[in-house]
Amino acid sequence: MTTEHRLGQVANYVDERTGAAAWMKKNLQKVFPDHWSFLLGEVALYSFIILLLSGTYLTFWFDPSAREVIYEGSYEPLEGVQMSAAYASTLHISFEVRGGLLMRQIHHWAALIFMAAIVAHLMRVFFTGAFRKPREANWIIGIGLLTLGIVEGFLGYSLPDDLLSGTGIRIAEAIIQAIPVVGSYLSYFAFGGAFPGEAFIPRIYIVHVLLLPGAFLALITVHLMMVWYQKHTQYPGPGRTEKNVVGYPLMPVYMAKAGGFFFIVFGVTAFIAAVASINPIWLYGPYTPGQISAGSQPDWYMGWLDGLVRMAPPIETYFFGYTISWNILIPGLIVPGILFTGMALYPFIESWITGDKREHHLLDRPRNAPNRTALGAMSITFMIVALINGGNDLIATHFDLSINQIMWGTRVGIFVLPPLAFVITKRLCLSLQRADRELVLHGRETGRLLRLPSGEFVEVHEPISPEKAYLLTSHEQAPALELATEDARGVKRAGAIRNKIRSRMSVAHAEAVPKVSTEDLKEIESH
Amino acid sequence: MSNEIEAIKDPGLPAHVHRKADHDPVAARRAERQVAAMFMISALGTVLMIASFFIPDDVFVFVPVMGDQNAHQLGLGLGMAISLFFIGMGAIHWAKTLMPDQEVIAHRHEFRSPDSDRKEFVDTVKEGAAATGLGRRSLIKRTLGAAVGLSAISPLLLFRDLGPLPEDDLKKTSWKKGTYLVTDPGDRRIRASDLEVGAVAQVLPESDDPEHRKLNDIAKDAVLLIRLRPDEFNLDAERLSWTHEGIIAFSKICSHMGCAVALYEQTTKHLLCPCHQSTFDVTRAAKVIFGPAARPLPQLNITVDAEGYLVARDPFYEPIGPSFWGRISS
Repeated sequence: MTTEHRLGQVANYVDERTGAAAWMKKNLQKVFPDHWSFLLGEVALYSFIILLLSGTYLTFWFDPSAREVIYEGSYEPLEGVQMSAAYASTLHISFEVRGGLLMRQIHHWAALIFMAAIVAHLMRVFFTGAFRKPREANWIIGIGLLTLGIVEGFLGYSLPDDLLSGTGIRIAEAIIQAIPVVGSYLSYFAFGGAFPGEAFIPRIYIVHVLLLPGAFLALITVHLMMVWYQKHTQYPGPGRTEKNVVGYPLMPVYMAKAGGFFFIVFGVTAFIAAVASINPIWLYGPYTPGQISAGSQPDWYMGWLDGLVRMAPPIETYFFGYTISWNILIPGLIVPGILFTGMALYPFIESWITGDKREHHLLDRPRNAPNRTALGAMSITFMIVALINGGNDLIATHFDLSINQIMWGTRVGIFVLPPLAFVITKRLCLSLQRADRELVLHGRETGRLLRLPSGEFVEVHEPISPEKAYLLTSHEQAPALELATEDARGVKRAGAIRNKIRSRMSVAHAEAVPKVSTEDLKEIESH
Repeated sequence: MSNEIEAIKDPGLPAHVHRKADHDPVAARRAERQVAAMFMISALGTVLMIASFFIPDDVFVFVPVMGDQNAHQLGLGLGMAISLFFIGMGAIHWAKTLMPDQEVIAHRHEFRSPDSDRKEFVDTVKEGAAATGLGRRSLIKRTLGAAVGLSAISPLLLFRDLGPLPEDDLKKTSWKKGTYLVTDPGDRRIRASDLEVGAVAQVLPESDDPEHRKLNDIAKDAVLLIRLRPDEFNLDAERLSWTHEGIIAFSKICSHMGCAVALYEQTTKHLLCPCHQSTFDVTRAAKVIFGPAARPLPQLNITVDAEGYLVARDPFYEPIGPSFWGRISS
């Protein structure tokens, strides 16, 4: 009995009970394009599975309770100290449960990798234009997953109730409390009374282990089903068109590669967790609102938010005797709200600017969409400046700088550097386009110098392959929209201002170095 | 523009290049052995993990760069990492060397349906909508909207008992007229002479049951006591009268986001909040001199009783901690 034969029997068994043969055959032969950047989303997915597995393991010992206990475990420095059951059980997992510390570290590292993979995947999708029609809905789901991931991660590292995470909750409470009119009510509802209370840990626990993972599962399922149904995008190149998908069939190549990659991600996460300590909560001590440790830092995906809060100007206004804390509302709610809404709406904004309502399955090379790429670079720069300020205390101590200088540097930098990044990136993209044009027209520099009979030195250029020439010229260069703001008699039309803005943005978006056409090549050859 | 110029022609998929293992049985055999070797390494990783499970947790091994490591933890983790990683490596090597590597082409169809289908679809939707008469029967439409809206909003009521209303809870602390300042930890009353010039101490209000202080109370009551030379203050007469022999008391809860303002720099007499670096000048009643905090730390009016122990002369005159909508309203 060969393996093939037995698997054949399984297929037979399944079909006789479901009649799914045609459907299964079609989907097992489904083609997936291959590119390293398509693995980023996979890393996120596999980290999520690792999080589910390791998280479930931790729940067997973790006690999500703020009940006061006296520590009597094996970690001597905290012997006899009053602490919450949540903190004590986390110590128990770390010191008494064999493999517990490893699983805690796998869980925490996997969370960091999960968020990093989501962000990297988001950048890949953004810079290659994969969010364009018909994938706008999947982009929005992705932004939803990113947002939930940030919340889920924050709740997760808040659960152990150590001094560091308790401080994080305190800050979250202050943000809730700062919401105009209803803030203190929302805070009292969330915490079951005054901060910290005893209700919060069990409440965020159920959100962390049931509510949000459930939402994740649902959204990830839809996200993947849409990728499946709409078929994956592919990079441009010879033989690849808007009408086809070039790649490997699901069975067996893609299955083996993707399945193998899951084990690689799990293995690497386990390796990091084995050798690199993370969140050593026993060093921080139990949470008490009267204490704090210097160098308090959130996890990296919250760092930008903390950095924005740190650099906010100290402004609070009073309005008929009521307080509005701009120093908290602007960096804590308004700016993140604008950023995430803008990100979610970007596919629609771009299609409004370009007037492009067609389907796109071939990805853009980032240089061929200079405006979009520059916008992405600008957003990343904004986040990095904010993130740097989120670690300003550590930077100050490690590099012997003054914290005030870093703060002022980032306060100015947050306004100056992102636009600068936009301009530089756009210029770079256009230069790269020019380089592509040169390459197609004049070929590759070989580095071989020739001396002509006249004594002149020239470098020998070698024509590039037709495949490469096609890749460098296959992109589309759509012209800018031409929108009239006046009618034939010179009277301003309704919506003239909107049209003017749209035209200007469209012109900026369409800016490009003309790509090489066959005429250009013929002209060169005739010389 | 792009439509006018003639683009360079698509030369089509490049010809497939066969791998060595595709036609050379020796190479194929070698690849098979490599895959098997990786699966064997994975199995060895599992053996390492099982063995490490039984290492007592007080055995340490020296690892270059990392220093002394707990052998039990390290062995468990490395064993697990090796066992998982090499399953993955084996599978991928298998796929890359032995499974077919010829790319295949699948066709993609535009999602937009043929116009006839689309028209039928739109007509069906329209007919269905017309059949309900929603467009004409506005009474039904409006009452349905109201009913659904109400039924969605009203369950919010059920969340009412998540917590009590704040009322004036955020504005009160345990400090009252005559409350003794006691050390934290220790719960001992403090005389002015217990605190040297330049010293700083965390204090709490004296409690009947110091063993079981509630975190909720500490979150509002924590006070920082700092002693300067009286001539170092730069205060108005009223604020100066709230100090005692150079001892000044502030709420330790940051007026920005409620962290404990724990870092005191003796030379500059600045208090720094480690969360967001708001900096307060002790000599000027904790005036904000840097960072995002908008208000000084509330100052506690202190004096001494007949025996010389520090007591609060009054409660805090303003709510402590972060701002909220009704902070200064009555």
